[in-house]
Amino acid sequence: MSKLEKAALGEPAPLAQSDADDVFLSVRDLRIHFDTDDGLVKSVDGVSFDVARGRTLGIVGESGSGKSVTSLGVMGLHRSARAKVSGEVWLDGQELIGAHPDEVRRLRGRKMAMIFQDPLSAMHPYYTVGHQIVEAYRVHHDVSKKIAKQRAVEMLDRVGIPEPGKRVDSYPHEFSGGMRQRAMIAMALVNNPELLIADEPTTALDVTVQAQILDLIRDLQKEFGSAVIMITHDLGVVAEMADDLLVMYGGRCVERGPAEAVFSEPRHPYTWGLLGSMPRLDRDETDRLIPVKGQPPSLINLPPGCAFNPRCPYADIPKDDVTRTVRPELTEVGSRHWAACHMSQEQRERIWTEEIAPKL
Amino acid sequence: MAAYIIRRVFGAVLLLLVVSAVTFAIFFLVPRLGGQTADQLATQYVGKDANPESVAAIKKNLGLDQPLYVQYWDFIKAIVAGADYKFGPDATHCDAPCFGYSFKSHVEVWPQLTERIPVSFSLAIGAAVIWVISGVTTGVISALRKGKPVDRIAMIIALAGVSLPIFFTGQVLNALFVYEVPIWESVEYIPFTESPVDWAWHLMLPWISLAFLFSALYARLTRAGMLETMSEDYIRTARAKGLKESTVVTKHGLRSALTPIVTIFGMDFGLLVGTAVLTETVFSLQGIGAYAVQSIKDNDLPIVMGVTLVAAFFIVFCNLVVDLVYAAIDPRVRYS
Amino acid sequence: MKTRRVTAGVASVLALSLGAAACGGGGKDDDGNGGNAKKDAALTSIVNASDKKGGTVTYQHSDVPDSLDPGNSYYGWVMNFSRLYGRTLTTFKPAAGKEGLEVVPDLAESLGKPSPDAKTWTYKLRKGVKFEDGTPVTSKDVKYAIERSNFAPEALSNGPTYFKAFLEGGDKYKGPYKDKSPEGIKSIETPDDHTIVFHLNQPFADFDYLATFSQTAPVPRAKDDGAKYVQHIVSSGPYKFQSYQEGRSATLVRNPEWDPKTDPIRKALPDKVEIKFKVNPVTVDNNLLSDKITADAAGTGVQPQTQPKVLSGKLAKQTDISYAGATQYLALNVHVKPFDNIHCRKAVQYAIDKQSVVDAMGGAPKGDVATTLLPPTVNGYTKFDTYATPGNKGDVDKAKDELKQCGKPNGFTTNLTARSDRPAEVAAATAIQNALKKVGIQAEIKQFPSGKYFSNFAGVPSYVHKHKLGMMSMAWGADWPTGYGFLDQIVNGAAIKPSGGNNLMELDDPKINKALKEGIANTDEAERTKTWGEIDKMVMDTATVVPLVYRKNLLFRPESAANVTVTQAYLGMYDYVLMSSAK
Repeated sequence: MSKLEKAALGEPAPLAQSDADDVFLSVRDLRIHFDTDDGLVKSVDGVSFDVARGRTLGIVGESGSGKSVTSLGVMGLHRSARAKVSGEVWLDGQELIGAHPDEVRRLRGRKMAMIFQDPLSAMHPYYTVGHQIVEAYRVHHDVSKKIAKQRAVEMLDRVGIPEPGKRVDSYPHEFSGGMRQRAMIAMALVNNPELLIADEPTTALDVTVQAQILDLIRDLQKEFGSAVIMITHDLGVVAEMADDLLVMYGGRCVERGPAEAVFSEPRHPYTWGLLGSMPRLDRDETDRLIPVKGQPPSLINLPPGCAFNPRCPYADIPKDDVTRTVRPELTEVGSRHWAACHMSQEQRERIWTEEIAPKL
Repeated sequence: MAAYIIRRVFGAVLLLLVVSAVTFAIFFLVPRLGGQTADQLATQYVGKDANPESVAAIKKNLGLDQPLYVQYWDFIKAIVAGADYKFGPDATHCDAPCFGYSFKSHVEVWPQLTERIPVSFSLAIGAAVIWVISGVTTGVISALRKGKPVDRIAMIIALAGVSLPIFFTGQVLNALFVYEVPIWESVEYIPFTESPVDWAWHLMLPWISLAFLFSALYARLTRAGMLETMSEDYIRTARAKGLKESTVVTKHGLRSALTPIVTIFGMDFGLLVGTAVLTETVFSLQGIGAYAVQSIKDNDLPIVMGVTLVAAFFIVFCNLVVDLVYAAIDPRVRYS
Repeated sequence: MKTRRVTAGVASVLALSLGAAACGGGGKDDDGNGGNAKKDAALTSIVNASDKKGGTVTYQHSDVPDSLDPGNSYYGWVMNFSRLYGRTLTTFKPAAGKEGLEVVPDLAESLGKPSPDAKTWTYKLRKGVKFEDGTPVTSKDVKYAIERSNFAPEALSNGPTYFKAFLEGGDKYKGPYKDKSPEGIKSIETPDDHTIVFHLNQPFADFDYLATFSQTAPVPRAKDDGAKYVQHIVSSGPYKFQSYQEGRSATLVRNPEWDPKTDPIRKALPDKVEIKFKVNPVTVDNNLLSDKITADAAGTGVQPQTQPKVLSGKLAKQTDISYAGATQYLALNVHVKPFDNIHCRKAVQYAIDKQSVVDAMGGAPKGDVATTLLPPTVNGYTKFDTYATPGNKGDVDKAKDELKQCGKPNGFTTNLTARSDRPAEVAAATAIQNALKKVGIQAEIKQFPSGKYFSNFAGVPSYVHKHKLGMMSMAWGADWPTGYGFLDQIVNGAAIKPSGGNNLMELDDPKINKALKEGIANTDEAERTKTWGEIDKMVMDTATVVPLVYRKNLLFRPESAANVTVTQAYLGMYDYVLMSSAK
């Protein structure tokens, strides 16, 4: 299926049309389904987005919304025979899903790297931090251990680890949480990747350290000019960093657009909920908007119609019960701003400005 | 580290002392509760033609006329400092470590043990090599091919291996390959130093039957361990680095999955040196397990004590080694 | 293979003619084709007879010997086997059939010369016999061997102590390890290096049999270190120890100092003799059946699970069912009521179905119905049956009649002992119990462990009386194969001991005691031998013993085994002096 055909089928156009030539990663209609004993789990069901060099895409959603699965899909890390991956992932002009696994492996860690959520469990407890960085470097660079180690020390220094020459021989459990995350970042960046995926990079850390780590990623991005995908369930994390945002719900994209637009004029009730659960230092706890009620949907049996309908306070606004029967497609709601909701543009504008925004 | 080892060694010695005291007590107290007196014990050693005179002579010679604590003290003293015995025209000196003389055959126990330890050790080590290699390999393959026919067949065989008693597999192998289709002329112990090839060849059947049981166990353990480890986050990290799958499996997956196996292996191996009785009996190997059974049947205290302590020593020693190896494998253990 | 068969055939023809010349055909020889000998051929002939030197004889044993030291063993097979490396004053003739019971001189030039009262026995030693180190064997070495084996229980406690019992002053002498005086026990004299004289405390005409004991194999005093001697036994026979591993194995090789000219009874054909201990009993059988070894050293026959494989089919012709020289019997204690009454004892004699006992113990391969105490392979055995019943199946009418005479027309209740770890004995007891029930005798089976059977239970009269153990299972084999050797320990009143006795009947009949005493004093062998049969009859007349089974061994001889014959002298196992191998 060509790009043109997809567009004809209502596929959204690339996000950053203006710098289309600069697009480094382009994901098209990515579907990742898992065959389990309970049934087919549609973890990711038709997601598309683009990221350009030097830009940051934030993917936001609750756990189970498919954001992590999407990123692992991009990395080609769904090896299990039970995972069915379809769609297209174009990395720097190369399609990855149809590519030979070995080819993807060679890109992994070099061209695209990933920072994982919990660095304590994501780093091997039996090997020193230095060893793990060296390993990451040497798999893509034919250099001696000594040179690789120098590189590791250099990277540890770069991510702000004091006494890197000494700490390089420490084990992950000897590091503090923040230090471990820095080491993890050093490991991800050791090969100067052009695409960096950070999956909840700060979840396990306290607020001060969180900010430091985010600053670090931002600085490094500037330095290396990489494309960054920031995955989080917390809009606050991406508020300052992301250029674009993608909100996922039930394995699908419900809203996306430039970060500024999504923050100032969110056009999906789920996004409103997320914004409501965002910690704000300038407000009292009591004033906060009630966050999204209810549980994330089952990915095996998604609710018919809009997947969000059981939790949506406005589900009854569209006529003919369309919310519960027809799945809403993404429609353009502003410049490069898309949302999938049955409510009319006007209805949503009104609810946002009258009911939601004042409470935030 | 040195302090740690010293502490452990000290603990091990203490443990062996306790084991020896308990064994000693059991040997004397249990028959005593069952009505066995020192006289009757001595009568057994005299044999068919027991008269009071020879019974008294034997009793004196074996020290059975002494109070228990004196006998125990003499026993420990002999191990440390050696002892003198009189079982012939002249007193003979038994060098430390002296485990005394067999009540029944009057031979020095220690040389008997040192002659038999290599048999049991050879049996255990060869079987261990086979079961670790085959068990771990099967386990890894099974884990990586979870649910596929290879996995299912391997696990069915493993279940059979765990369920079949050694005297069954041993007898079957023996009947099959020594008598029906005589691939092996005989099963016997030929010292490694004499001919490593003959050593391995003539112990192959006991190794296989012993290893069958254990590799089945280890395959299941490895499989479970691998399945758990391969779903760890750091495996995903390793893959995300772009490492080859083989590197991911062996260096990152297997290494962690093997940690609990090392622990169990140490205990199994230590235990096996002294307790492979069934295998030794089926294949007529003269190891310390078979020796232990014989000595218990004969009420031969010095040998019972000797084999108990040797077996206990191997278990304690292997556990010590396991702890050290464990610390070497898992850096988190070292510092906590 | 072809060559071996032909050679063996030629050799056996040769042996046949030699045998016929030597002893007038005492044993019926095989059909001239050794490998195809018939079933039981080794009972009456030498199977696979051969004069071919060389090869290795391999023995295996499922247990360990009490000791291979000739001075420290009570086991029949060790006595048989030790003749390979120890020459005794006399020994049993390595020959087939009855001839095997004949005592012949070995180290001695001739059999012992008794004084008229049979109290002094003189032996002349052959000249030129040497130990493996080249030193000549003297009478002092024989004397020393007897001293150490009989008088030093603190070091060598396994062997029998008949010399101690029969030698004058035997109860005083402290043994060579404690009494270091050069003359040793005074009742053994060695006037010169080739003469040895024994002075006994009572007439004892069976002394030549005692002289067959491995205890008379010479031991050089300088090399003896008591219990440790077994590890470096000094050979006086055709083979010496190349290696000895305690409790595991031994290898014998030719002793170059052995001179065949001094030894008319040993052919010493094999170059090497190996023996391995503690081999799984089933493995021993499998090795026999697959011709991997020459013989099972224990000589007690194949395991129950092997029996079906050899009792029929083509392997059957390689089996020999030999008498084991032992009788299984029931001892009726004369001090436990109602067995103080001979009629109650006779009732049991008639009531028991002996055939059912044989069947319970394993049938024909395990034994025959016994009607006498002496088994057929003991010198003095006389065939008779005092309490004959039709088909040996018991006679209810006669039994009931005896019960009436005993005053117990409706039977009585008693106890029957058996050794719990001997399944055949327990099975036999059950068969007896069933037979007795038919005449109204209720026997309750009491089981005891065999290790303490004599020392704590059946052999302790006070225990027997207190617990009313009227009938006791018992099996007995002789220490030497004469009526005296068999009977003295079990029917002589002197054999009643407070503990550990073997006269379970507590039979103390002055007539029997006297007959034993007079018999053993008689130096006329034929007359003496006749006495034993008479004593057997006397014992049966007291009805205190119910002979049940003459025990048998189901032996198997592999194809490669040569010169195979059963020796009656050693409990019906094969003769190990003769045995050689085609391998």
